[in-house]
Amino acid sequence: MAMWQKEIETMPREELKKLQSERLVWQVNRMYRNVELFRRRMDEKGLKPDDIKSVDDLSKLPFSYKQDLRDYYPYGLFAVPTDDIVRVHASSGTTGKKIVVGYTKNDIKNWDTCIARMLTAIGLTNKDFIQVAFGYGLFTGGFGLHNGAETIGATVIPISSGNTHNQIQTMVDFKSTVLCCTPSYAMYLGEAVEEAGMTDNLCLKAGIFGAEPWTEDMRRAIEEKLRIKAYDIYGLSEIMGPGVACECSEQAGMHVWEDMFIPEIIDPETEEVLPYGEQGELVFTTITKEGFPLIRYRTRDMCSLIAEPCKCGRTHIRMKKPCGRSDDMLIIRGVNVFPSQIEEVLLQTGGGITPNYQIIVDRVNNTDTFDINVEMSESLFADDVRSVENLEKTITAKLREVLGIGAKIHLVNPKSIERSEGKAKRVIDKRNIK
Amino acid sequence: MLIKQLSVFIENKPGRLAAIIDELGKNNIDISALSLADTSEYGILRLIVNNPEEAAEILKQTGIVVKLTKVLALAMDDTPGGLSRILSVLVQNSINVDYMYAFVGKVTSKALMIVKVSDAELAEKALSELDISSVNPKDIYRI
Repeated sequence: MAMWQKEIETMPREELKKLQSERLVWQVNRMYRNVELFRRRMDEKGLKPDDIKSVDDLSKLPFSYKQDLRDYYPYGLFAVPTDDIVRVHASSGTTGKKIVVGYTKNDIKNWDTCIARMLTAIGLTNKDFIQVAFGYGLFTGGFGLHNGAETIGATVIPISSGNTHNQIQTMVDFKSTVLCCTPSYAMYLGEAVEEAGMTDNLCLKAGIFGAEPWTEDMRRAIEEKLRIKAYDIYGLSEIMGPGVACECSEQAGMHVWEDMFIPEIIDPETEEVLPYGEQGELVFTTITKEGFPLIRYRTRDMCSLIAEPCKCGRTHIRMKKPCGRSDDMLIIRGVNVFPSQIEEVLLQTGGGITPNYQIIVDRVNNTDTFDINVEMSESLFADDVRSVENLEKTITAKLREVLGIGAKIHLVNPKSIERSEGKAKRVIDKRNIK
Repeated sequence: MLIKQLSVFIENKPGRLAAIIDELGKNNIDISALSLADTSEYGILRLIVNNPEEAAEILKQTGIVVKLTKVLALAMDDTPGGLSRILSVLVQNSINVDYMYAFVGKVTSKALMIVKVSDAELAEKALSELDISSVNPKDIYRI
């Protein structure tokens, strides 16, 4: 079985632990010197860098949170001078403010390595044509896959997201062998290809899909429709971007590249570390990141780790597909949505009063539907149809601006949204993604 | 000529309209005219009733969104061209008609019309110069 860095990917666990320990100590020391917030949190716990001698001391270290990125926006958590930062990426935050991450040359190189390992693990080489249909830009999806694909010498087709007709034509004409996008878009493309009667014209053999939750059923459906093997990839921009963990040819969980990231599973309530195999919140420590390192970052993704060795021979631990969140974030069509963002838009358009609302997310024909019921109130209501329609349009447009995706607004009767114990249930997610 | 109309928000769901009408009936509110504007998702029910303030209060208490809107109640000759005369006055004064609907009952031999315009006061003044018998709100609410 081909590997990009066989020595590291199959490193015995004991040796891997030693490598992690060295790198953790290095990271803690430099972060203590260079990142004010980290130093303060260490001091508050009465910890000195010297107290951290190996990965066994990891659980002593303070956690970090998404809120930190907002509080220190944009560059306050960087551990190097911005002279050494060669690229930034960003994603939308909960209240309109973006979160920003930065990479040094080495960070980009390591990221490329993570992707190169995955591509090699699923049998890709410089003979492949990789169509990257993740969005390019501040979002990490496009560039992450792009650079990794170039690293293994494959031919990259940087088509970015959208324009289904063009995607299909390009796949056929350019003889793409690999497709990278969100699973729901892959499903959509699969159907469109079928409809166009083009299935036989495809050269696709594999797909790399991520950035949103998907099921095993969906995997099989995509594989059938596009006649490919579909592989799962995991990542988040705070830690690096796509490729923090990814599947090998076994399709049996995603290998976390432990020479760069240390995963932990904790109980989100007690913050206690749970043993491998148990389900809890995923926490990451970046031990090679120079530009924007994080110690014990709370991802809010709920999942479990598989400690048993993988049949592929890699020793790096595997994580299962995340099965939920420990906060109220929703992933709709690959976009992160917080109910608080919706609340703020309603507050602005509702003349200073937040009307009662309910978010309903479902999956119809493999595409997420996103509906918001808003209770009508006297302050919102006017006698003519035009102003009620305008209200609907204003809310829709504002939401699109803040969230980046469209929602269907339904104005409903007051008190028609079901309340439990007096409090309205804000989110109904009918998608059954486990 | 200006009278108070109830404007009620109704979600487009079976039974919503019936519930409102039923509530008014139970409380002895008499409806003399109504119109329903609808879109695919919701509608606005407009009602002329014998006691608009009380009716609004009753509906509010059952959690219904309701507003009182001032509209013109016009009595016109029930002959060809009767409505046309009124509309041309509005046009001359650049007054927009937002919506209008006909009345169910009658005062003497006149036809009755409810008109919502962009400027009710101006419309009232302009029309008063025309020979249109003004309708006493009390008479309207009583129909």
